[in-house]
Amino acid sequence: MHKRQLPFILVFIFGAFMAVQYFMPHESSEFIYEFFALDWVPIIGIFALALGIWSLIKVSWDKIKHRRQDWQYSVVLLAGLFTIIFFGFFVKVGEHWEFRFMTSDGLQSYMFRHLFDYIVIPGQATVFSLLAFYIASASYRAFRARNLLATLLLSAALIMMLRFSPIPGLGEYMSKTATWLLNVPNLAAKRAIIIGIGLGMVATAMKVVLGIERGYMGKG
Amino acid sequence: MDFSTFLWTSFAAFLTLAIFSFLYKDNPLYKFAEHLFVGVSAGYFVVILFHNGLSPNLLQRLSDGDWYYLWLNSLRPWYIIPGILGILMFSRFSKKWAWVSRYPMAIYIGIAAGVAIPLEMTNRVLRQMVASMTPINWGNFLGSGYLDIASGYSEVIILTGAVSALVYFFFSTPHRGAIGGIAKYGIWILMLGFGATFGFTVMNRISLFANRIQFLWVNWMKNAFNVKGVNPQADTSYMLAFTVVALIFVGYVVWEIMKKFRKAETA
Repeated sequence: MHKRQLPFILVFIFGAFMAVQYFMPHESSEFIYEFFALDWVPIIGIFALALGIWSLIKVSWDKIKHRRQDWQYSVVLLAGLFTIIFFGFFVKVGEHWEFRFMTSDGLQSYMFRHLFDYIVIPGQATVFSLLAFYIASASYRAFRARNLLATLLLSAALIMMLRFSPIPGLGEYMSKTATWLLNVPNLAAKRAIIIGIGLGMVATAMKVVLGIERGYMGKG
Repeated sequence: MDFSTFLWTSFAAFLTLAIFSFLYKDNPLYKFAEHLFVGVSAGYFVVILFHNGLSPNLLQRLSDGDWYYLWLNSLRPWYIIPGILGILMFSRFSKKWAWVSRYPMAIYIGIAAGVAIPLEMTNRVLRQMVASMTPINWGNFLGSGYLDIASGYSEVIILTGAVSALVYFFFSTPHRGAIGGIAKYGIWILMLGFGATFGFTVMNRISLFANRIQFLWVNWMKNAFNVKGVNPQADTSYMLAFTVVALIFVGYVVWEIMKKFRKAETA
């Protein structure tokens, strides 16, 4: 009972209450919404994210401990992780390093900012730019005009890609057609997809609250 | 550019080239850059989550109390409850006590799902429907100029396109007859939308690639190595550092070629 049923009862109580309170414009209802949804949920959510980081540390440490294949790279990962955490909490004041727990001084430190600017930003941009090459090979497969639907896809994508082309005369028409494609058929398609996603999310949330969807609790 | 900035820029350039080396194949330089990037990014989010999330939402609210009394003498001691619930999440790592983590999970999922029902309905479904249900501009149906967005026919395409695309996703009725025709028009609209999004994404990625090449050429080569006399402060120490980075790359390429030759010989 206390291992499985009680958590599902809690999901129903909190879920049903939070769904109903939206339709009650009373200050006590708003207070409870702000207290639980805006104050409690972010705190619990931060611990859930910390759980992911802890899991990353655990997996990497196990890899190093058991000398599994490519364990050396886990050393690099942990070194990067702990270095930036160190500089996020320790600030050099004069000759000494001070531990700043309650203030966010660490965010302004030279090393913390440089680790972000010269490792995270170029890494992120390069990984995403790498996708340009893989998208090019995907385009080759997707953009073959085998039927009407593939031809529509190909035409829309080509017009979008040529909209900044400097070819005299053609560039202007491509730009106008691309703008129309983005604001008319693309808007209609996106609108349908967003409505579909919204209905899907409402249905899933209702399944969770009513206890029909239980996969997130795990087994046991 | 001072020497420390030069070193940081060179390291960023090294990481950029190391990640691009994946285009040849998976290799130690790429793995090094990938793991360093993952580690530093994860650590960055730990620090940000602590300073911008946990500290203002929990610790600063309890900081008027005393940890010796478990903050029960704070003016807002009830904030200890979400803190304890958060800590209980870590019981997931114990096989015996893993069930305890279901309680904070239940409260979190319950609140999030409950709030999502009216909010998703309002923000995604109703707002998009309201935006679609605007009067058609019959007075300016053909519009002015080439492919006018504000014209009546564009508005008709938006309305009919959205409804038809929704009909295409409705699988409870067979797509035959009139429904089949509407669904077919819906998939045409969807294909135009997907094509436009695909083309947009390709251009986005290519502009990112151009940005990385610009970084390597302008920020690194031109500024740091005084190519074309841009940086008169560049001295031999810069060239020495560049030589070290270049030697690592050349050494790796030579090592790969030697390995291929050895494999060919043994075969």
